[in-house]
Amino acid sequence: MENNISLTLKVWRQNGPKEKGRFETYKLEKVSTDSSFLEMMDILNEQLINDGNEPVAFDHDCREGICGMCSLYINGRPHGPDDDVTTCQLHMRKFKDGETITIEPWRSAGFPVIKDLIVNRNAFDTIIAAGGYTSVSTGGVPDANAIPIPKVDADEAMDAASCIGCGACVATCKNGSAMLFVSAKVSHLALLPQGKVEAARRAKNMVAKMDELGFGNCTNTGACEVECPKGVSISNIARLNREFLKAKLQD
Amino acid sequence: MKLDSKIPQGPMAEKWSNYKANQKLVNPANKRKLDIIVVGTGLAGASAAASFGEMGFNVKNFTIQDSPRRAHSIAAQGGINAAKNYPNDGDSIHRLFYDTVKGGDYRAREANVHRLAEVSNDIIDQCVAQGVPFAREYGGLLDNRSFGGAQVSRTFYAKGQTGQQLLIGAYQALMRQVNAGTVDLYTRTEIVDIVMVDGKARGVIARDLVTGEFQRHFGHAVVLATGGYGNAFFLSTNAMGSNGSAAIKAYQKGAAFANPCFAQIHPTCIPVHGEFQSKLTLMSESLRNDGRIWVPKKKEDAEAIRAGKLKPTQIAEENRDYYLERRYPAFGNLVPRDVASRAAKERCDAGFGVGATGLAVYLDFKSAIERLGEDAIRARYGNLFQMYEKIVDDNPYETPMMIYPAIHYTMGGIWVDYELQTTVPGLFAAGEANFSDHGANRLGASALMQGLADGYFVLPYTIQNYLADDISTPRMTGDEKEFVDAENEAKAKFEKLLAIKGNRSVDSIHKELGLVMWDFVGMARKKEGLEQAIEKIAAIKKEFYSNVRIPGSGEGMNVELEKASRLADFIEIGDLMARDALHREESCGGHFREEYQTEEGEAQRQDDKFTYAGCWEYQGEDKAPVMHKEELTFEVVKVAQRNYK
Ligand SMILES: Cc1cc2nc3c(=O)[nH]c(=O)nc-3n(C[C@H](O)[C@H](O)[C@H](O)COP(=O)(O)OP(=O)(O)OC[C@H]3O[C@@H](n4cnc5c(N)ncnc54)[C@H](O)[C@@H]3O)c2cc1C
Ligand code: SF4
Ligand code: FES
Repeated sequence: MENNISLTLKVWRQNGPKEKGRFETYKLEKVSTDSSFLEMMDILNEQLINDGNEPVAFDHDCREGICGMCSLYINGRPHGPDDDVTTCQLHMRKFKDGETITIEPWRSAGFPVIKDLIVNRNAFDTIIAAGGYTSVSTGGVPDANAIPIPKVDADEAMDAASCIGCGACVATCKNGSAMLFVSAKVSHLALLPQGKVEAARRAKNMVAKMDELGFGNCTNTGACEVECPKGVSISNIARLNREFLKAKLQD
Repeated sequence: MKLDSKIPQGPMAEKWSNYKANQKLVNPANKRKLDIIVVGTGLAGASAAASFGEMGFNVKNFTIQDSPRRAHSIAAQGGINAAKNYPNDGDSIHRLFYDTVKGGDYRAREANVHRLAEVSNDIIDQCVAQGVPFAREYGGLLDNRSFGGAQVSRTFYAKGQTGQQLLIGAYQALMRQVNAGTVDLYTRTEIVDIVMVDGKARGVIARDLVTGEFQRHFGHAVVLATGGYGNAFFLSTNAMGSNGSAAIKAYQKGAAFANPCFAQIHPTCIPVHGEFQSKLTLMSESLRNDGRIWVPKKKEDAEAIRAGKLKPTQIAEENRDYYLERRYPAFGNLVPRDVASRAAKERCDAGFGVGATGLAVYLDFKSAIERLGEDAIRARYGNLFQMYEKIVDDNPYETPMMIYPAIHYTMGGIWVDYELQTTVPGLFAAGEANFSDHGANRLGASALMQGLADGYFVLPYTIQNYLADDISTPRMTGDEKEFVDAENEAKAKFEKLLAIKGNRSVDSIHKELGLVMWDFVGMARKKEGLEQAIEKIAAIKKEFYSNVRIPGSGEGMNVELEKASRLADFIEIGDLMARDALHREESCGGHFREEYQTEEGEAQRQDDKFTYAGCWEYQGEDKAPVMHKEELTFEVVKVAQRNYK
């Protein structure tokens, strides 16, 4: 049932990439438990604007859990206290009346803060550019049904491909490793005959790029899998390691 | 203004081949000398930019999001059509073409639609080669499902995340070109104007959303693939950042804006539930394959449900009104979107609606679960059901879903000829941003098809036909007078907004606009209402320019400033939509004028007067635009009253 709750928000404010940040505390009254977390942020911003202050900058777009744009570290968890959801799908019914909520940006060397809660995740695009594709150009490809693909492989590829590139795995990792993200892409493509051709080379190039961009090493703590809103499995990391080894052996 | 559709000669099925056989091409050495600007990285923009890069052109590609992969196309759930006929159920290019023209209520240009159907199969091949993990059968071949408005199964899908997978395919192809150095990518960068030199589009003015700085970019040609303008309604299924600004800038530079009033209302969205609501969530149309739509047969049951005294599961089968199955036995729950939306509104207006507000109907999976088992339903729609449960806090495996129509897609957009060129030479438009293929109503799973058709298989040909005459045009530096003037003009607009320093937030004014749009320019329109809407929108415009409050400055990131500049353009679009709806004295597709309906409440076209695309030409600030007609002729399709009974 719908209820109204009052909240204290401790929000990270930071004017620009080079400025020092700080927490600011805000009070919000009568927030409907049916509203989403980002709608609660909208209400906060409306209040800030009406009081003559600058609203809090945060990333979001689809508000359906698919674009991967929203982020936020909420009470110490990426995407907040609910499981298997992004911040935009988190609803206020997960919070109690009178609760204090701490809201921070992703914190990771690979993702510098741009403003307030917004970080720069361009590194993910750079990693994909290093090899996260099949090297085919438009046109001149075979019929879609020319190569049958076992349903289990297609389904498994789909599961890996459902990564939304949000970066929660990196944000939650004590080493700031991007292995879950990279392995999801390597797996997605390695599982399909169209992507298998370049699988080893792809794994090598993407991992090299990841290392170069300052992401940490994977020490198999499994924290990433727990926080991934799309349930991307760490078994993908094992597959990445296999492809990576193959590439090394071929060298 | 001259509207030359440039439809190639020859029989319908040969036009595209004829065009390709006779068009001009650019040789590889010259391609390197030519720059193309692509605005947008959705399906249309990413596929075009990647393909141009592969061909050897120099591409600059822009997006307002932080990554090309976040474009709104990512949110498409249901699927993409193609005429493969893998299920052997009688599909063909001709049938896909025919269904699309008919589904669009005979307001689309036949030749474009035929080409779309022709290239649809290539899209599926291309995507599979990229590694798009479409759903497959146990035999390893691709699976299909059916969608509204079709009697064949021609929809390819990847779970409930088809748009995501197609966009990731295009995005990866794009990033491969970024790596190869053929595409320069500009993320978090918004195009705020188009630069004209000697009557041709020659570049854009961009604003870096992180620093607030303005940039000048030259291109021999400019492609707009900036998506639809449904967010004029504030509440829609579109992403929060979806906007119509680039389209409005093009219009103000002389591009005709066609059929602005053709907006699609999607029948299956989660109903509005509070004032804080920021967007509406679509429940994919694919759910109508297995879900049955109903409301109570008895008014007292509906009232008891609204008061919270009765649950839908307590209503016996004989007391349920499966109104789509009742009214449209041939298509049942799979009637096209406009028909399904109006039928829901009709039942709710008549007092049979459910939910606290009475503005909702049920979408019930009980029979499907009985027939196929819960696991099968979970495999098909698991993520959609989860999404519903997270939002509504109700389990759709046990209780029927509640749905209501919402603004979803805009068929109208920038007018383009057969080559996807606007009335401004050198300015092209692709994807949802153009008006081309869907007439007055788009069939499910055909926007993804159109976006990728435009980007992979149409523009790479047609743009060469234009650029072939431009091989000796040298690159401009961006320091030419036209660029400097355009930048100064754009800057002045932003400064003007910042200087208002009024009392109201951007969102509060946008919500006001949205309500006017929904009430008067929404699912049912009439003359008096539309006239009122035009006045109300003018008043909102005045309020906006005298009372909007934008905290902060133009330096650095300023989200409110971004929103304000987009709202300024939504106000223009709202006005255009209302004018177009007022002038179109007929009902067709998504445009329903209450004055024009049959006795059974079905839409009634006025073919003798309105078989044309209404193309609006800008006349200057605060001047009424002028409408031109592109008459539509139908050589192949037999124009008839749509009948889904
Ligand atoms: C929830 C939902 C579900 C859908 N499901 C389906 C489906 O199942 N099947 C189907 O066929 N269709 C579906 N559609 C419709 C379809 O997704 C869209 O019509 C289509 O994806 C639009 O693609 P696009 O490339 O034209 O534009 P978009 O994907 O909207 O991309 C627009 C791009 O332009 C950029 N941009 C915009 N303005 C500017 C500017 N001023 N400067 C710089 N960049 C700018 C954006 O950053 C973005 O990159 C669905 C739509 C919604 C809302
Ligand atoms: S693997 Fe999961 S947590 Fe990491 S980016 Fe992808 S979706 Fe986000
Ligand atoms: S806003 Fe798109 S995933 Fe949250």
